[in-house]
Amino acid sequence: MTEPTTVAVLQVRDLVRHYRLPRESLFKSPGHVYALNGVSFDIQKGKSFGIVGESGCGKSTLARNVMALEETDAGSVKILGNEVVGLSFDQLRPLRRHFQMVFQDPYGSLDPHHDVGWIVAEPLAALGPITQEERARRVTEALESVGLKQRDAHKYPHEFSGGQRQRIAIARALITHPELIVADEAVSALDVSVQAQVLNLLKDLQDTFGVTFMFISHDLAVVEYLCDEVAVMYLGEIVEKGRTEDLFSAPAHPYTRILLDAVPKPGSGKKRDRIKLAGNVTGQTEQRSGCSFQDRCPMARDICKIDKPPLINVGPDHTAACHFSGELREKS
Amino acid sequence: MPLLNVTGLSVTLSTADGAARAVRDMNFSLEKGETLGIVGESGCGKSITALALMGLLPERSETTGKIEFNGENLLQKPETEMCALRGNRMAMIFQEPMTSLNPVHTIGRQVMEPLRLHKNMTRAEAKAEAVRLLDRVGIPNPQERLGNYPHQLSGGQRQRVMIAMALSCSPDILIADEPTTALDVTIQDQILELIQSLVREEDMALILISHDLGVISENTDRIMVMYGGAAVETGPTETFFEALSHPYSQGLFAAMPKLGMGRTSRLMTIPGVVPDLINLPSGCTFTDRCPLATAECRNSAPPLRQLTAGHNVACYHLDKARTMKAEGLFA
Repeated sequence: MTEPTTVAVLQVRDLVRHYRLPRESLFKSPGHVYALNGVSFDIQKGKSFGIVGESGCGKSTLARNVMALEETDAGSVKILGNEVVGLSFDQLRPLRRHFQMVFQDPYGSLDPHHDVGWIVAEPLAALGPITQEERARRVTEALESVGLKQRDAHKYPHEFSGGQRQRIAIARALITHPELIVADEAVSALDVSVQAQVLNLLKDLQDTFGVTFMFISHDLAVVEYLCDEVAVMYLGEIVEKGRTEDLFSAPAHPYTRILLDAVPKPGSGKKRDRIKLAGNVTGQTEQRSGCSFQDRCPMARDICKIDKPPLINVGPDHTAACHFSGELREKS
Repeated sequence: MPLLNVTGLSVTLSTADGAARAVRDMNFSLEKGETLGIVGESGCGKSITALALMGLLPERSETTGKIEFNGENLLQKPETEMCALRGNRMAMIFQEPMTSLNPVHTIGRQVMEPLRLHKNMTRAEAKAEAVRLLDRVGIPNPQERLGNYPHQLSGGQRQRVMIAMALSCSPDILIADEPTTALDVTIQDQILELIQSLVREEDMALILISHDLGVISENTDRIMVMYGGAAVETGPTETFFEALSHPYSQGLFAAMPKLGMGRTSRLMTIPGVVPDLINLPSGCTFTDRCPLATAECRNSAPPLRQLTAGHNVACYHLDKARTMKAEGLFA
């Protein structure tokens, strides 16, 4: 949107996903978990887009829907201009080479029965038949790009540490030369010193191959380090979106502000003054009128209970869904 | 006399692959009302230290040294006496609120258990006290919650129940092992705030264990950094980050993404991985990853050297580490 030359690698429009709950009574209609309630965003080529939010805000549901791993209720997901919502498994298969995923748990996401070469080569099935030599060449290339060696292809996952396993998972995602990599909490399970290695690797891969990342994390510092753009989610909606610098320096939604304030910072020694969050995470099983954040918001007023604030522009490429975002930005 | 005095504590766990030296020669003490933060990565021995203090280590382990609590060596106490202490004079909050509560008992029953056991309360007294405790840790409608099972509570609420249980007998020492790691940042904030205010009100000593330097630095008086089973640096929190000297502490701090750092700078990384506790070098455990390491480091453990009052570092190349700090030791 900014420049006419950039192509949106991923375009998500009004994505809705509601999970049906088990029927509790014969006479009542079953309830729903409202996991995604109309999410829209674009990711431009070669950029990394961060999605932050607390558990239960719909981050992982969003990833699964973007990756077409489950049925979507409504909305559209276009990868490189191709609509993926509503396609059958067979129709999706040739497209899968363009979007790959890195999962959270490096221990659970690699099959312990296969060697690393097999694991890394698996996505090549989406490319159709290729020769053994080509396959071996691609495996070596993928392993080397994440800092592993060719001989590691014959080892099994248990022989690697957590950080190395996450590298294997990244190599597996890279092997088809995808345009988009969706990383769902890809560094959350790693130790600080290892996490830094993987974060730097992701940055380098972006510089070398121009991969586009959709990076999901609950850790704001990690997102700030890696991402060009950030969207903050709350109860299945994007409440604020903007360039990382803008959004972190002048948050326009109280939830973003509270999230940033809640991150403990080393070196300060003493507790800082900050806005505190009232109440617990609101249930996702009810649909309400007004702002989704009203129950926990320290600045909620009457209008918040009636009118749902739309995502409006508060700055260049910066949108927020709050009636009082102007007020909030003035204060910061 | 300090409330808790640990000298020369070492723990060896026997595993199928050989003896793992999980904790090596730890020395620290804790006064009443003091808070100590232990920080380090997984496998550095922080949790084993906590379990050793509580006398909860697995049977196939060997503990040497001294843990003096109110002047009595806990390591020489028989199990029956430890049972009378645990949950009573010293209490622990575990990392995972999902698994450390018993799923088949109501939370009321679990909160009442230490009260009935240690304080010989009747059922009715214990129930009234449990309601008061749950209310104190901020659980809404405590009366009704007593009959709930753990799965009916959210993660943050379960951790509050754990805190209520730990506090039930107003212990002298509270050990919190990664109490907020499984929780969201906003909930983490609430739980840490709760622990802090309770510790202050009751004048308890607190040992807070975390991998997060931010959490540690905002909630403690003193910090101890552990690596490979040994304490490498300790110091008062207020000046800790300025005085930070040990190569590992420097690396850990530099590797951590910090808010406000922006995207232009690059994270420093410590080469290599956390050491295997079975094949540790006999000297400094950080030898294999340290840019300053020499043969001396590998063969004999460096003594603690005092940098400033109360700030001690275990490193042979302390001066070099300090002069190279400005340009970044791992750059």
